[in-house]
Amino acid sequence: MLCFAFFSWYPMVREFLLAFQKTESGQSTWVGFDNLVTVVNDPAFWQAWRNTLLFTVLALVFGFVVPFVVALVINEFHHGQGYLRLLVYLPVMLPPVASVLLFKYLYDPGYGLLNELFRFLHLPEQQWLQDPDLSMLSVVIASTWMNMGGAALIYLAALQSIPGELYEAAELDGAGLFRKIWHVTIPQTRLILSLMLLMQVIATMQVFVEPFLLTGGAGPEGSTTTVVYLIYQYAFNFNNYGAAAALGLLLLVLLAGFSAAYVKLSRAEDE
Amino acid sequence: MRSARFRRTRRASAVTLVSALTLTALAACGTSSSSNNGSGGSEGGGSSDPTAPLDPKTKVTLTIDCMPPAAKAAELKEWKEDVAEFNKTYPNVTIEGRSTPGQCLEPPRFTAMLKAKSQPDVFYTYFTDLPQVLSENGAADITAYVNDKSVPLLKDIDPNVLGSLKQDGKLYGLPTSNYTMGLLVNRKLFKDAGLNPDAPPRTWDEVRTAAKKIAGLGNGVAGFGEYSAGNTGGWHFTAQMYSIGGEVVDASGKKAAFNNELGKQVAKNLHAMRWEDDSMGKTQLLQWGDLQKQIATDKLGMFLAAPDDIAYMVQQLGAKYENFGMGPIPGEKNTLAGGNNYMIKQGISGDKIKAAVAWLNFKNLTVGKGQFDWARTKQDALPVGVPQPNFWLNDSKAKDDAARVANATMPVENFKSFMDNPVAGKAEPPKAQEVYKVLDNVMSGLLTNKDADIDKLLATAEAQVNQVLATQ
Repeated sequence: MLCFAFFSWYPMVREFLLAFQKTESGQSTWVGFDNLVTVVNDPAFWQAWRNTLLFTVLALVFGFVVPFVVALVINEFHHGQGYLRLLVYLPVMLPPVASVLLFKYLYDPGYGLLNELFRFLHLPEQQWLQDPDLSMLSVVIASTWMNMGGAALIYLAALQSIPGELYEAAELDGAGLFRKIWHVTIPQTRLILSLMLLMQVIATMQVFVEPFLLTGGAGPEGSTTTVVYLIYQYAFNFNNYGAAAALGLLLLVLLAGFSAAYVKLSRAEDE
Repeated sequence: MRSARFRRTRRASAVTLVSALTLTALAACGTSSSSNNGSGGSEGGGSSDPTAPLDPKTKVTLTIDCMPPAAKAAELKEWKEDVAEFNKTYPNVTIEGRSTPGQCLEPPRFTAMLKAKSQPDVFYTYFTDLPQVLSENGAADITAYVNDKSVPLLKDIDPNVLGSLKQDGKLYGLPTSNYTMGLLVNRKLFKDAGLNPDAPPRTWDEVRTAAKKIAGLGNGVAGFGEYSAGNTGGWHFTAQMYSIGGEVVDASGKKAAFNNELGKQVAKNLHAMRWEDDSMGKTQLLQWGDLQKQIATDKLGMFLAAPDDIAYMVQQLGAKYENFGMGPIPGEKNTLAGGNNYMIKQGISGDKIKAAVAWLNFKNLTVGKGQFDWARTKQDALPVGVPQPNFWLNDSKAKDDAARVANATMPVENFKSFMDNPVAGKAEPPKAQEVYKVLDNVMSGLLTNKDADIDKLLATAEAQVNQVLATQ
């Protein structure tokens, strides 16, 4: 209780207060919505939201679908499942910074492995992290590789709890692979899929480490500036804790709204 | 059942609340005690006259940050020797050094420290930190404590350097080191490319020509390198603007001043070097530390740097001093100047401030002593000969320069071009980090986009910087 009070609840309350205060000469004064106005007027504000939403959408396309497909494939193997599970989970065990730096080397336009491969295949080389149109996608790919192991194992556990009779019944009805997935697998794992979707949206909206290490945070022409990176800039590089708290509050409100909508939707579906 | 659960919840809430209040009270006591007594040294209450010397009967304990960490054994040995020698004159002053592994001042940690008011009695800052420190009421006004008795060589310190530590005529710190930016060159690559390493390029046209020749060596070698991430791209764009006589923010401090012919000149030159000449390497979005690694491994011919970058490259990256040289910043109209210093925590006693000034004078501001004891530095196998710090004037400069040359551990003639052609230093713009954040986009746009629209990049950045400056 005490740990939560001091390391979680108190900072949350303090952040809420800071969002409406300005601290100068050691004195905090109430400034109403000034911090929010400052944040909204920041030229990087809308760009950061656009980039964060783009990351979230791309991370869902890759980070949501890929682990599910991987889990489906592993589930089909009758031998060596333990080995495959370990293989998929290995990247999660690497320290995130090490994984990101690994990708930084892979993406290097000069000596990076990916461009070496492209050269070998006579394909045009790419500026993975240095092309404003490609940089966010490159960040998402690295992030997906780093994080998909955990999600894949959860999906796999959900898949293995589906009774085999359902598939047998579907087969008797003449269902092929895709119809079995659509009519049996997805409905049976709907709950876990929804939960993972919610958790992934909440996590991906707070993306920081990957762009910070891969592109220095902002990226080419600001193309990987995310909301949390902007919060970091306000707090630690511009010494403006009020603005950082205000932007954090906006993010909190958005995520809380999303969570509430999710809860309402799932209740409506249950009814 | 419901009522029992309600009672349990209420009791738990009460316990939490009481515990929270108790801990808050304890924390408050801790803060108060720390701000009154600093690190717990007993104070006897010497003269309240700030110009009077520290009363030898008054016992003072000072906490000071940036003591060298154990990994820097030679520097730590020198620190301890300096404390022992200082204590011969001031046996009543106890110095408690605090060290940090790695970089002594990291902006995020520094900001948090100021917010929490947990800085030591004597704390390390960069020149550009003054507004931030003052906005947090972090530093004491030491004007009355600093005079020709407490700091005998005060008159020989470059007034521009002292000016960086003043606001409204009040002095808030004493310098440790200062720098002006120049052009750092890799002598080996210069020779390999048929260039004269003793005469680094003096104009941006010469830089472009030399970069092309060096990049022509192949094997992934770049001729000239620049930053474009982590706000360091904006920092160097500013340096380049200064070098050709431009500004980034106008004199009023309210308007951007780079969307003009000079700004376009900087941008076009960089874009042409990157994309027409292919002399800046393929890997971009670089920030502080990246170019040093490239030049230390003979993969980069030159970049804009402060002289102490060489010490970092030798001590941390295993490079050799003789492989590097330095010239003035190309263009030579102005150069970005900066440095670091110590400030004294606001709220500590007058005796502590006197003791702190005495220590800083001994350690950092006495020719032949402390950091300027070059004979000892050489003996300890540390570098001597880098033209930094460079804040002495008059007799002190002559004596210090002679001592550096006499004890040099590196070929000081490699810095001759830099030393013989001093360029006027210019401070960073207001709201530097926020302006640099915007200008990072200009740099990354130029260096990562072959089809970059220079006019658009500068116009967008101008509008954004104006927006940043309008919210001061």
